[in-house]
Amino acid sequence: MRDATPRSDLFFFLLFAVAVLTMPLWTAPFGASYPDLLQKFAIFGIFAIGFNILFGLTGYLSFGHAAFLGVGSYTAVWSFKLLSMSPIPAVLFGMLLAGLFAAAIGYVSLRRTGIYFAILTLAFAQMSYNLAYSVLTPITNGETGLQLTAEDPRALDALLGVDHGAGLPTPNLFGIEMIGFPAFYFCAVALIIAFYLAMRIARSPFGTMLRAIHSNQNRLSYTGVNTRPYALTAFVISGMYAGLAGSLLAVTDPLAGAERMQWTASGEVVLMTILGGAGTLLGPVLGAVVIKYFENIFSAFNNATLHATFDFLPGWLADPFVGLLSLFVGDGWHLTLGLLFMIVVIFLPGGMMEGINRTAKAVRRRREARHGASGDQDSKDGSGLSARAYHPGE
Amino acid sequence: MSFFDDKINRRRVLQGSALLGAGLAAPMVMRRRAWAQEFRNDPGNAGSITLGFNVPQTGPYADEGADELKAYQLAVKHLNGEGDGGMMNTMKPSSLKGNGVLGKKVEYVTGDTQTKSDAARASAKRMIEKDGVLMFSGGSSSGVAIAQQSLAQEMGVIFMNGLTHSNDTTGKDRRRYGFRHFFNAYMSGRALGPVLQEEMGTDRRAYHLTADYTWGWTQEESIKNTTEELGWQTVNAVKTPLGAGDFSQYITPVLNSGADVLILNHYGKDMVNSLTQAVQFGLRDKQANGKNFEIVVPLFSRLMAQGAGENIKGILGTTNWNWSLQDEGSQAFVKSFGQEYGYPPSQAAHTCYVQTLLYANACEMAGTFYPPEVIKALEGFQFDGMGNGPTEYRAEDHQCFKSVLVVRGNDNPTSQFDLLKVVKEVPRSQVEYPPTLFGGELGPYEV
Repeated sequence: MRDATPRSDLFFFLLFAVAVLTMPLWTAPFGASYPDLLQKFAIFGIFAIGFNILFGLTGYLSFGHAAFLGVGSYTAVWSFKLLSMSPIPAVLFGMLLAGLFAAAIGYVSLRRTGIYFAILTLAFAQMSYNLAYSVLTPITNGETGLQLTAEDPRALDALLGVDHGAGLPTPNLFGIEMIGFPAFYFCAVALIIAFYLAMRIARSPFGTMLRAIHSNQNRLSYTGVNTRPYALTAFVISGMYAGLAGSLLAVTDPLAGAERMQWTASGEVVLMTILGGAGTLLGPVLGAVVIKYFENIFSAFNNATLHATFDFLPGWLADPFVGLLSLFVGDGWHLTLGLLFMIVVIFLPGGMMEGINRTAKAVRRRREARHGASGDQDSKDGSGLSARAYHPGE
Repeated sequence: MSFFDDKINRRRVLQGSALLGAGLAAPMVMRRRAWAQEFRNDPGNAGSITLGFNVPQTGPYADEGADELKAYQLAVKHLNGEGDGGMMNTMKPSSLKGNGVLGKKVEYVTGDTQTKSDAARASAKRMIEKDGVLMFSGGSSSGVAIAQQSLAQEMGVIFMNGLTHSNDTTGKDRRRYGFRHFFNAYMSGRALGPVLQEEMGTDRRAYHLTADYTWGWTQEESIKNTTEELGWQTVNAVKTPLGAGDFSQYITPVLNSGADVLILNHYGKDMVNSLTQAVQFGLRDKQANGKNFEIVVPLFSRLMAQGAGENIKGILGTTNWNWSLQDEGSQAFVKSFGQEYGYPPSQAAHTCYVQTLLYANACEMAGTFYPPEVIKALEGFQFDGMGNGPTEYRAEDHQCFKSVLVVRGNDNPTSQFDLLKVVKEVPRSQVEYPPTLFGGELGPYEV
């Protein structure tokens, strides 16, 4: 009953697409309904989905995925500078170059597994970061970050006679400027496509092979299967997802900085995936949303906001209360995130998706108890999400 | 096996499509409203306006960020007519009335830049898109400041730079919507030159250790130009990674390089570490080429001096402002900051406080919040009584011109804050340069 059917997948996918496209509406009560944060949700959702193709399916923990994010960003900005302000070549080249980069790094790193693989990828990412930070300054503009200038050639645009006016040009898709909500919808469509592809990959024989690598690589080798090409393909696909996310970052905000490649950025996507639920389809997106929400909204609370929120309490109660809470917001948002992460890892090792599944199961059980034996056919609408787990048993 | 029953499915599809339609329509409605405005975040008839303070609350510059935030909060208090008014009483000319700005109460939102361009821009976008700020401000890293300044230009919201010392901020990366009150590396070099000549002569061999990013590069270049004009030689200039922690591998070669002056183009924690290690390696007790070995730190701040402790004594550098200044404006500011928080403000706090007041004043002068008019009011604005003597916001590059302080680590501090002694107040004429020196283009008023 828990296995995904093509029909349930389609339903789930449509639900996801609708949820993504209506994001500006249902995020409003949480104070998250503004374009920049919504764009970040979509972009880091793509990043985490891609990371999960590698980590969730094959079990290879890469600690250097930020490198591909950075490559995608730099490529996209260069595409804006040299070719055209259209996001299409930027995204294509960003994915292509990130894919090539991933092929090179993966070819070397995938000779090892486990912690050695993680350290190798981390080393490569740190190397890329330092190269971008100082050695390759002519290409990356070092710490300041690569920016557009009015004097950039933009060969394709010049060829087509597109005039960008006096100020700095904005990326635009056939005349629609890629800022605000139009940029969010561009990212949202990319997220939906990325999600669909990830779903197809997970359901394909290729996906089964990747899961086989996860469960026992040695046994697979003994049966005569060469696993490396599969792992490398997964690594490259996942790198291209990161490249797509990186180039979308540049599309919504045409600036690429080296810190995008730092190890903390690589760690962030690992956190997103684990927090949401590694190996599930939806989990990484949820994780990305939660982390970006904390980073942008919790860090903005200050004592004044807290006081305003709790002014219904009497003064003697409000002050210590605000004092305690202020530890967890503003500059303390890392603390809150850390606590949340610990709670999830200790109580819900399968991430937030496990929490959702457990709740769904409990609800179903209660309903079944109420309906008696006749209720078993009606009980599935609540379990829609749980059925999408890659590992139905987990 | 059917997975969901059909009735629910149909209803869901209907609900879903309704939601989808609304979701697609919502931004159109919001956008139409946005276009109808004359400018972004127009407060209209609202009773209050919002300013955004985007400072590093985590990461290597968190101490300075905390100080800056306190200064901003104090400025907002003073603008709203609370507290003792601070520099609002000494600023000349001033259009501020102490009833908010243009009669609207000032409110603020805060954000964390994490000293990263990406995070800073995300935080600034939140302020602009969600909180509707009319102006945002903050500082402590030139790279981050430059990134926010170009965002300001794209979004059409004014950015008042906090602490940023790179020449590029108002040089090649200047923007119409960005303004800097703080001084820059070029001015540091100009101001230090004569003092270095007086103290160390014209026959010196300098060795640079430079933080490897925009600010470090421009400072190294500016100091090198100045010292080479004096007749000094530059033995070597070595770039060190930002946040290196251990500088011993960079300091050991200095000992036998034949240099007799070490110039540390470091800031924040890096400067504290490199200076401490240089002193531990015995550089200051060393004789080279028959002269006493000297160390120079071109950009000083009191917060850094606190970190470096004993090692700072006797070391020369420059600073934008110091709380020990005796003019009316500085004293008023130190008094109200001290009353509020219990210790004297840093130069970062000073520049942020002044920037907030200057923006508010420009709005009062322009009689509107419309950014192009506010920008025009700030451009070429001449004022006094803000702690640096007569000051001018140069219209051509949005850089403030004022006198620069050359300071020395205090040998006999009277308190834990009395760490810098002003050696010389170098007048504006000596540190001025033509606006075309670094190139750059401000861009249009209307965006």
